[in-house]
Amino acid sequence: MSDLAINVQKMTRCFGNNIAVDHLDLQIPRGTIYGFLGPNGCGKSTSIRMLTGLLTPTSGELEVLGQRLPEEAEALRLRIGYMTQKFSLYDNLSIRENLSFVAQIYGLNSRQSRERVNELLALYALDKRQTQLAGSLSGGQKQRLALAAATLHHPDLLFLDEPTSAVDPENRREFWERLFDLCNAGTTILVSTHYMDEAERCHALAILENGVKRADGSPAELMATMGAHVLEVEGNDLRTLKSQLVQCPQVLSAAQLGTRLRVLVRDQTEQPQQWLQAQVNGRRIEAVRPSLEDVFVACTGQHPTAPASVTSPAAEQGERHV
Amino acid sequence: MSELRIQHNPLLATWRRVAAIVVKEIRQLARDRMTFGMIVMIPLVQLLLFGYAINTDVRHIPAGLVDLNQSSYSRELIAITEASQTVDFVRVYASAQEAEQAIVRGDVKAVLYLPADLGQRLAVHPAFNRDSGRSNSQTLQPVGQWLVDGGDTVIAASIRSLRQLPLDTLAGRALKDNVPTFEVVQFFNPQQRSVVNIVPGLLAIILTMTMIMFTSAAIVREREQGNMEFLIATPVKPMELMIGKIVPYVLVGLIQVGIILGIGHLLFSVPVRGGLLTLLVAALLFIFASLTLGLVISTIAKTQLQAMQMTVFILMPSILLSGFMFPYEAMPQPAQVISEALPATHFMRMVRGIVLRDALLWDLQRDALWLAAFTLGGLVFAALRFKKRLD
Repeated sequence: MSDLAINVQKMTRCFGNNIAVDHLDLQIPRGTIYGFLGPNGCGKSTSIRMLTGLLTPTSGELEVLGQRLPEEAEALRLRIGYMTQKFSLYDNLSIRENLSFVAQIYGLNSRQSRERVNELLALYALDKRQTQLAGSLSGGQKQRLALAAATLHHPDLLFLDEPTSAVDPENRREFWERLFDLCNAGTTILVSTHYMDEAERCHALAILENGVKRADGSPAELMATMGAHVLEVEGNDLRTLKSQLVQCPQVLSAAQLGTRLRVLVRDQTEQPQQWLQAQVNGRRIEAVRPSLEDVFVACTGQHPTAPASVTSPAAEQGERHV
Repeated sequence: MSELRIQHNPLLATWRRVAAIVVKEIRQLARDRMTFGMIVMIPLVQLLLFGYAINTDVRHIPAGLVDLNQSSYSRELIAITEASQTVDFVRVYASAQEAEQAIVRGDVKAVLYLPADLGQRLAVHPAFNRDSGRSNSQTLQPVGQWLVDGGDTVIAASIRSLRQLPLDTLAGRALKDNVPTFEVVQFFNPQQRSVVNIVPGLLAIILTMTMIMFTSAAIVREREQGNMEFLIATPVKPMELMIGKIVPYVLVGLIQVGIILGIGHLLFSVPVRGGLLTLLVAALLFIFASLTLGLVISTIAKTQLQAMQMTVFILMPSILLSGFMFPYEAMPQPAQVISEALPATHFMRMVRGIVLRDALLWDLQRDALWLAAFTLGGLVFAALRFKKRLD
């Protein structure tokens, strides 16, 4: 069997005239955590739904865990887990009732079901709340319950569609610990996100925009090959400087971070640091390590959570999810 | 990986999945107080409302009287007529013309006119005259005359039915050996009480309403609340989901049958003549057929509101065309075709047959088979329509 969990060529899905996913190629090795990074509406969910066999691709070759999609979708069901973007368990069932239901749906007998549910309740710190109705749980608890349900049958491949969108940073970190545990046990994980810090935790990721893959690779590779230098300017009146800089063709993007202005200067520019120094009226300049957000901006010309091409500086500041 | 846990025996796995869905549905139902209340309140309230309000046996119609005979015969005739409780003589008029004007004005709905020669007319009437037979009263002069406001057909029909009553009773008392012939239908409902006919009919209507309503929302609700995306990514099969969804409501339906027939018996003295087992089989067949119809709606509707609209779309003809309101036999043929397509029509025939006439399942096999076939066809259709896909 191939060592690729997901092998996809030219996966395309149209809704009417709108192309949601456009000739996407994906090769995801087994046992890795792979990320889809992109703004809302970039085709992340549509791609995941096609890979889980829930949506029929308009065209393309899809092979997931060696099964061809969409023909062999049913055979795949026992081997994949899917955590939907919206909480999809039953609000008016308790935590334990929800998990027991899922266990029976996957064919566990009552003893196996009880053992597995107890195991999951302990693992995801839900045992003290097992009789609480799912509808009354916090975002983090719901998310842990959803992950427990999606992994109940020990799937080889786990799909997580924006799993942490309703979760605070501490819970998010804890959640990723669980994902690495699963990965360590051999599960391949495909996770979609628009959070940079999450994307950075993946072994590899694809940056998606308007249904097209703009770049893929490990975070380090992406940063090394992003095609721009990242420089930070420190000084006064950064607002004016920013509006001047974004007019220059050499500048890919400029975004203010507190008292500093983070500027992406295109690689084609000769001696980018000297070039920028000449533009900034003696303000201090420092070359810094690129972040995934810089990669994202360099790839798409956009900030990850802003679908519009240029956002106001205030919005950029507010929407930096780190 | 511990995939060993997963049950590979397909039958056992199917049984577990159906059981899981049934248990889940019952738990959700038990926590949904509103729906739970409706299970009991719908049959209770509707039965009381319809049982008391929809009353086609009209009583105490205000009537006038023109008595030109003024004899002991006429007084006895009037007393017998009033004793039927169909009419109350509230006015007395001196002539037929005066009475007619009163009807035109709307003072009374009907007037009984007794001519001056009432005595002679009675003397030659077959009820009093053994030799002339008992069925050719049309050839003779009527004893009296009813003037009726025909605008309200129900009242007119009640008065028309009264036409025979006083004379037969009068004759039956006067001449003991001249036994009046009664129609067979009156054997089952001698007092001509319509509630006896309405309560079993209501069973069909209330079950149509609640059963279709509950299941028509069943699949749509999961879709609307986002549960479906998870569920269809699991190994559950469409038919398992369909069966798991309807089984809990079979129980609900049986509870409602118990409420309606129990209250019908206690409050309205509706007899249950037929075998309870026959009734149970008929009710189950109809419950399954209605639930399946609801499921079909549920796989077509995109929102719960649409499901509700479609339920009403089915419910209205079920009330009007199933024979509940108007006799099936009296409908024009196109309406009969629609009527035949409704599960309620078939159950209406069965339940009235069982409850009122002690009919056996064998006598009702055509309707029973139709309901069974409808259920099977509906289940297959719903399972085929239900795609484990989002597109």
